[in-house]
Amino acid sequence: MLTYLFIMLATFAVASAVATVLSKNTVTSALFLVLNMVTLAGVYLLLKAQYLAIIQILVYAGAIMVLFLFVIMVLNVDDEGSIMKQISFKLVLGFLLGTAVLAQLIYAIGSFTDTLPVISTAMEDVGTVEAIGDVLYSKYLLPFQLTAILLTAAVIGALLIAQHKSNSRPS
Amino acid sequence: MISISWFLGLSAVLFTIGVIGVLVRKNAIIMFMSVELMLNAVNLSLVAFSSHFGDINGQILVLFVLCVAAAEAAVGLAIIIAIYRNNLSVDITKINLLRW
Amino acid sequence: MNDHASLLPIIVGLPLLGFLINGLGGLFSERYRSAKTFIGYLATAAVFVPFLLAVTIFTGLQVDSEPVRYHLLTWIQAGTFTSDIAWRADQLSILMMLFVTGIGSLIHLYSMGYMKEDEGYWKFFAYLNLFIFAMLNLVMGDNLLLLFLGWEGVGVCSYLLIGFWYQDILKAEAAKKAFVYNRIGDFAFLVAMFMIFNHVGSIQFDAIFAGIANLPAEAAFWIGLLMFIGATGKSAQIPLFVWLPDAMAGPTPVSALIHAATMVTSGIYLISRMSAVYALTPEVMLIVAVVGALTAFVAATIAITQNDIKRVLAYSTVSQLGFMFLALGSGAYIAAMFHVITHAFFKACLFLGSGSVIHAMHHVEHELHHHKKNVHFDPQDMRNMGGLKAYLPSTYKTFLIATIAIAGIPPLAGFFSKDEIVAMVFNAGASYSPIYFGLFALAMLTAFMTAFYMFRLTFGTFHGSFKLPLLHKEAEGSEKYLHESPWQMTLPLWILAGLSIVGGFMGFPDFVVQTFSGPDAHVNWLHGWLIPYVSEAELTLAKSIKWGILLFSVVLASSAVYVAYLKYGRDNVAESDAALKSGFGPAYKLWAEKYNLDEIYEGYVANPILRLSDKVLAVFDLKVIDGMVNLTASVVNFGGSLIRYTQTGVVSSYAVYFVLGALLVAGILLF
Repeated sequence: MLTYLFIMLATFAVASAVATVLSKNTVTSALFLVLNMVTLAGVYLLLKAQYLAIIQILVYAGAIMVLFLFVIMVLNVDDEGSIMKQISFKLVLGFLLGTAVLAQLIYAIGSFTDTLPVISTAMEDVGTVEAIGDVLYSKYLLPFQLTAILLTAAVIGALLIAQHKSNSRPS
Repeated sequence: MISISWFLGLSAVLFTIGVIGVLVRKNAIIMFMSVELMLNAVNLSLVAFSSHFGDINGQILVLFVLCVAAAEAAVGLAIIIAIYRNNLSVDITKINLLRW
Repeated sequence: MNDHASLLPIIVGLPLLGFLINGLGGLFSERYRSAKTFIGYLATAAVFVPFLLAVTIFTGLQVDSEPVRYHLLTWIQAGTFTSDIAWRADQLSILMMLFVTGIGSLIHLYSMGYMKEDEGYWKFFAYLNLFIFAMLNLVMGDNLLLLFLGWEGVGVCSYLLIGFWYQDILKAEAAKKAFVYNRIGDFAFLVAMFMIFNHVGSIQFDAIFAGIANLPAEAAFWIGLLMFIGATGKSAQIPLFVWLPDAMAGPTPVSALIHAATMVTSGIYLISRMSAVYALTPEVMLIVAVVGALTAFVAATIAITQNDIKRVLAYSTVSQLGFMFLALGSGAYIAAMFHVITHAFFKACLFLGSGSVIHAMHHVEHELHHHKKNVHFDPQDMRNMGGLKAYLPSTYKTFLIATIAIAGIPPLAGFFSKDEIVAMVFNAGASYSPIYFGLFALAMLTAFMTAFYMFRLTFGTFHGSFKLPLLHKEAEGSEKYLHESPWQMTLPLWILAGLSIVGGFMGFPDFVVQTFSGPDAHVNWLHGWLIPYVSEAELTLAKSIKWGILLFSVVLASSAVYVAYLKYGRDNVAESDAALKSGFGPAYKLWAEKYNLDEIYEGYVANPILRLSDKVLAVFDLKVIDGMVNLTASVVNFGGSLIRYTQTGVVSSYAVYFVLGALLVAGILLF
């Protein structure tokens, strides 16, 4: 049962990823990426990481992608032609490099397979909110606070960079 | 039971698709989305390992990666907006003032 | 005994302290520079106190005492080579210490009067103290390296002090010349040091003297010869003596201290110290004696023709040093040391006296200019002087005493030391080789000439009438400006003159007393004092021969004085010089031109090297070395112009580089 679930989710994930990369319309790309993230949330559930699955949907799909869509709509980008049409040097090089990366990764995974364990049964409590909260506020308190500062800084930075220039012109 | 190598394989494939997306596309926003794809792939492999070892630290790391990705997305998109204002395009081949 | 050892670092350290205080104070503080009396007394005290301490040590030493040793620290320790900073005061070095600090303090006192008007007063005393420090290290050093440190140090101070009035380019060049000729000798000394270390395994004196028996004859020959070459540089012998006359460009106290009493005697000290090595090589000793005798003769012939009083004294110094080396070469180390000490007394007195004369003549020149008389003359030229004995009585008397001493008239100091030297030369002729007889004859001829030219100088300067008004009409009546020098200058003159009178008695020859009182009388204090330390040759002459030599030298010296009186004592200096010139003809011309040695060196040594540098080495430097540097630059330039093409400015190409890099790193990690 789980296997079938996994295969379905995996197919959806890969397909939506390919669609993100290859589609002409920018908005379509963004929406496919959202689909990708939701499928990944499903995979997380398969792995019994409940908290992260929900957070993935809430934060990534819900906030970050919305931000992306806002920017796309503000910028009013043109559709570009399908990239598969022109076979250019850059295209070929990109595919080659991608293949090389994939080959390397598969090799790495393959050489370690026999040393990897099966899904542990103790995992039942691992992905729960209590478990994460337990560790987050005790052992990882400092990174937690630092992340808060980081996000604040990012927000301020984004505001400063993207604001309208006319506001800063002296009258 | 699904062995971990399936999850890792999925992660590898998604990562590769992201790499190709970064290398091939010339729209800056699409490139950025490909980077997000890569980050997601890494998150996936982290969670997979965390589940299989029963170690919570992997999932904490994913949480932090998520936060950082959010911050980075915000700032990066702001930069893209700023560049668009100056050049009226998000085509990266047209933004090459720093060439030799 | 042990508490005397702790005096040694104080003796060496006080002049250094004086140098630092005067040097740094004068360098940084205008007010300090004007405190001339304080500077002068501080510097004099920095040399006089060591003299008192040396006297203390001297009274504590007996003939057979162990040397007083003080070890400060281990300076170098490299494998089997160790070198310490350690000083020793044994019977040989205590003598040197005594007269270096003693005459040094007298000259410091003298300089307080002589240099009073000078701007660089503080610098002068700082340099003088530094010189005393280096000289003390030289004579007190317990190993060859510390001796060499002092050796070089006195060379440096000589350079600094000769070129003291450096704004005059000629004086600066004289200083450079002195230093360069010293260096040539120093190189030979260094090689000798290396050879000693190679054969004996140590450069500490006790170790050398213990291991000397193992020295092969070949090595002893070369060590002796090289050390002697070093000594010719420092002590102005043939062929490296040409710097000493030019060194008279420095202030007169410098000439007195460095170029009469102390630095130039360091070569003789070195050879006396290493006498054990020389005892093994009679060939080198013969070379030393021949060079010494020739130098003495050549310098004396030049001195007869000179008119500058300081030059006459300079050549006289070279000549007397030649005597000392002749003594060393005949195995008479004690006689050489004796002559060092007596020579220091009377030569310093002569130099300081000439300084007093020059001081007076300068004053005449100043007064004439003050009264708007435009007269320019050389205050050191004897032909402008004459009749000064009426105006400079103390200077005249001390100068006369010192001249009698150098001429070798008994019972003054110079007679005893010179007589001992010639006796030993004759002895060497009888015991070693008949060549020494020829050297004996040369020495006696030189002694005659010494007395002759020294009295020429004295008579020409002090007797007769004052010549300046005859040569310059505007200087009419300028005798009234001549006056005696202040007490700081005349007191040292009297002290040194007194020492010239009584100093000879420390080496009163035994045989004189033995003739009258029996064969067991030993009155030659110096001989007894030094004999355990130096490898003195045996004096095997019969008593009658010794008396014969003694009387012969007395007759020779007296007749020289009489001839000088006839020729120069009756106000007939110019005529006698002219007669001499015509009488000796081409020989006189050769002597007056200093045997053209400077020109020979310039033409055959300096110029070829300069041409080589210009034509070959400069071109090499320009083309090859500069070329290599430029090549490096252009390679880098070229590489840069290729690499810049990676900066495309397009993001996707950078992304490609990223991925490539990541692949590479992962590949390295995986494989």
